[in-house]
Amino acid sequence: MLTIGVLSLQGAVAEHFLQIERLGARAIEIKQPEQLTDIDGLIIPGGESTTMRKLMDRYGFIGPLKKFANENKPIFGTCAGMVLLAKKLSGSEEAHLGLIDITVTRNAFGRQRDSFETTLNMHGLVQTIPAVFIRAPIIEEAGEEVEVLASHEQSIVAARQGNVLVCSFHPELTEDTQILGIFIEMIKDAQKIA
Amino acid sequence: MSKLVGTETVKRGMAQMQKGGVIMDVVNAEQAKVAEAAGAVAVMALERVPSDIRAAGGVARMADPRIIEEVMNAVTIPVMAKARIGHIVEARVLEAMGVDYLDESEVLTPADEEYHILKSDFTVPFVCGCRDLGEAARRIGEGASMLRTKGEPGTGNIVEAVRHMRKVQAQIRKITVMSDDELMTEAKNLGAPFEILREIKKAGKLPVVNFAAGGIATPADAALMMELGSDGVFVGSGIFKSENPEKFASAIVQATTYYTDYDLIGRLSKELGSAMKGIDISKLSLEERMQERGW
Repeated sequence: MLTIGVLSLQGAVAEHFLQIERLGARAIEIKQPEQLTDIDGLIIPGGESTTMRKLMDRYGFIGPLKKFANENKPIFGTCAGMVLLAKKLSGSEEAHLGLIDITVTRNAFGRQRDSFETTLNMHGLVQTIPAVFIRAPIIEEAGEEVEVLASHEQSIVAARQGNVLVCSFHPELTEDTQILGIFIEMIKDAQKIA
Repeated sequence: MSKLVGTETVKRGMAQMQKGGVIMDVVNAEQAKVAEAAGAVAVMALERVPSDIRAAGGVARMADPRIIEEVMNAVTIPVMAKARIGHIVEARVLEAMGVDYLDESEVLTPADEEYHILKSDFTVPFVCGCRDLGEAARRIGEGASMLRTKGEPGTGNIVEAVRHMRKVQAQIRKITVMSDDELMTEAKNLGAPFEILREIKKAGKLPVVNFAAGGIATPADAALMMELGSDGVFVGSGIFKSENPEKFASAIVQATTYYTDYDLIGRLSKELGSAMKGIDISKLSLEERMQERGW
């Protein structure tokens, strides 16, 4: 059985657990960097990216997470997770993990009153997906190696580069598990190569 | 493709993103930056923290919009603000300013002693206090997207927050094993909307996030509330009334994430300086107890 870790420093952890278990995989909370060796793939959930970054620094996550990605283990970031995985952030903010060649603008749609839900077409999926955007970031620019998976009003909101998958919105707040399905396929493919 | 704002999913989802985090009371931009740097998931912009409201007496109202604006400009994390219970216009003003979350709060002097705000009418989400499941269900019925214990604000005394969290949890457990025909009587006894109670019974949990608030003064207090099943914590007077707010704030954030790591909480608690002094609840008269405000 596949084991998927959810970075559990803060944020919507339980919601990802439900989705992972619904697709028949095992979910575990990741609270220490040593635990990364126990998992086949990692989800960085929605939450507050600044809070998660403080705790990632204090508990020594940055190096081990980069190593995890370099070992070709898949990582999936939703919302704050996407902010943390981006190579560049707009404005003067310094990037965090830099594992996917995208430039991200935080809180791109405005404040909470501008948060919204909609449906999107996603590359590789036949059915549309429900998408919940909460103080969401967008992908301002994507590098050549990056595959754009979904857009909303001309803004890129989902993308993949190699073993890293990101989206601006929160599939974990819906019943729809199609994107998690894509991530699980990525994990299976990575294991075939290894 | 339609684009819907202010839906239940969007409003409740915002609170779900705050889980496992600490929301800190701040009275100016400088404190807001300290809170953000320490890892707060949001700040509550106020004119005075609850212990100072208690000391000052008089009528406590919505904060001066200048303070709220100053805080909103200082940080990128969400900014919350308080409106008086039943004060529809204070709530609308805060919504118009772009505040991310409103607290219809007993810390302020109620504007209406009979009715709470119909929160489902708003695009901005609300958090409300509760002491038991009936109060929790009534607030959900009015459209609250997040709950918190009332505790006893501004006292630095955890006892009421513990009481309220345990009460809600015990009452949820009780209804989950009830037969369906017993539920209507329980709804009557709790003063809770039947449909919401039925939803809670079916899910075995509240449909919204429930934080702890009202008396959290130390990292161990925050960890205790997490251990009792809180989704996160609000810290009001505790941080900026302590000797070393930076250290204190960071320690509470860490203790909330690693709430079962007792070695760590011990280390975090060392050399923090003294916490706020605190008040024995039994020394407060009924009129002085903020938790009695609202119903």
